[in-house]
Order: sequence, then C-alpha cells, then structure tokens
Amino acid sequence: MAMDESVRKAVLGAVPSLRAFAISLCGNVDRADDLVQETMLRALANIDSFQPGTNMSAWLFTILRNHFRSEYRKRRREVEDSDGHYAERLKTQPEQHGQVELREFREALAHLPTDQREALILVGASGFSYEEAAHICGCAVGTIKSRVNRARTRLAELLSINSTDEFGPDEQTRAVLAGGGE
Amino acid sequence: MNERKPVGQQKPMETAASRHKDNAKPAKLGREVQARLGQQLRAMYDDVVSQGVPDRFTELLNQIDGTGNKDKR
Repeated sequence: MAMDESVRKAVLGAVPSLRAFAISLCGNVDRADDLVQETMLRALANIDSFQPGTNMSAWLFTILRNHFRSEYRKRRREVEDSDGHYAERLKTQPEQHGQVELREFREALAHLPTDQREALILVGASGFSYEEAAHICGCAVGTIKSRVNRARTRLAELLSINSTDEFGPDEQTRAVLAGGGE
Repeated sequence: MNERKPVGQQKPMETAASRHKDNAKPAKLGREVQARLGQQLRAMYDDVVSQGVPDRFTELLNQIDGTGNKDKR
C-alpha cells in the first residue's frame, strides 16, 4: 500500500512514546515492541477510520492500549493479577543506566493495578490531558482523575515517600534519645 | 548497680513520636511528593523515548510501503 508521507511521519514520530507507554504497561521490552508493531500494522490497516485533524498520537495510543488489554485478558492465566509478576520480569531487564532509583520506581509502578498504571502514565508522562486520557481508556474523566490519585498515593507508599520531612521525626527522636541517655 | 531505667521518661517520647507519625499521614499527597513522583515517572518514560525509533519499525514501514501486498503477513 502506498503510504501518505504525513501518515508515515506521524506514525514513526509516535513510536518512541508508544514504546515508552508499552514498556511501562507490560514491563517487558520485547513484548512492548511487539505491541508497538501490532499497533502500527492495525493503524495503517485502518487509516481510513482516522479522522484527519484529530490527534494521531492519541489515536495510536488508543489502539495500543486496547490491544494490550485484549492481549492481557488472553494471557491472564500466564500473567495473573498478582502483584509480583511484573516486578519479577522487570528485574531481568538490563539496567542501562544503573539507576537504582529508576529501577525501584519501575518495580513500584509494576505493583499498581493496570488501570491505575495506564492512567498515571498517560497523564503524568505522555502529556495527555485528563480528557484525552479518558478518551484513550474509554472511561469518564472523573474515573481517570481518581485512578491517577490512587496511583500516586500507592506509589508514595511503596516508595516510602512521606510528604513531611524525611529526617524530621527520626532525627528528633534520636537526638532526644542521645541526650536523655547521658 | 541495678539501676532502673527511667521508664517515666520514655512514655512521653513515644507519644510524641506516634503523634508526629499520625500527622505525617495526610489524606492527600503534598505537592513535593507529587512533584517527586512526577519527576521519576518522566525520567523512566523519557529514558525509553530517548532511544528513538529502533530500526525494526523503520524497516517495517519501508516494507509495507515498498512491497505493497507481496509481503503481507
């Protein structure tokens, strides 16, 4: 099929963020790349259903997200809903930049339920508005907002990030103990 | 020798600590926490974005574009 140059550019241009989204979703680079490839094939096969002037990137994200969801349902027996699985897979990923913080963050993210994870990524990293994210996930804007909030709260718990001072109470207590012991 | 520990002194400290803990558990996340989570999330995401477009995807498009239906799966 002959491809419109603008379509080609738009699709290729979306690949890096589609990959980032896919990897964040499934936690596995190879599977993520397969998801992206399938997304491209589906998009090009259905390019007529794309409305020119609308957001091509959001359209592609929707295709990828829906494909991931249906794959996920198929693979549920293998993947299961349990928390640890994704994290286990993530641990086998090569650590390209050796950033411990990043790895810990990935692992924490993998512990979130899928709908919270996708909402958080779309809004917090992909740069979509709540409205766009709601459209991509096929749910209400309020649902996206509450998923993002729950995702943040859970992540903060998992990563032990407290809103108040990190060393405040402990250091105070330690100082009191040290002083009182003499 | 067997001096008793100043038990009385420990109690108020414990109460103070646990009270502080309660205060540190807000229903809503503070701005700083949200900012830090956002930063880490984007760092993770941008790490992949910065890898650009792997060859396999450019090749895929070339294949679809160039060979028409000949090589269709």
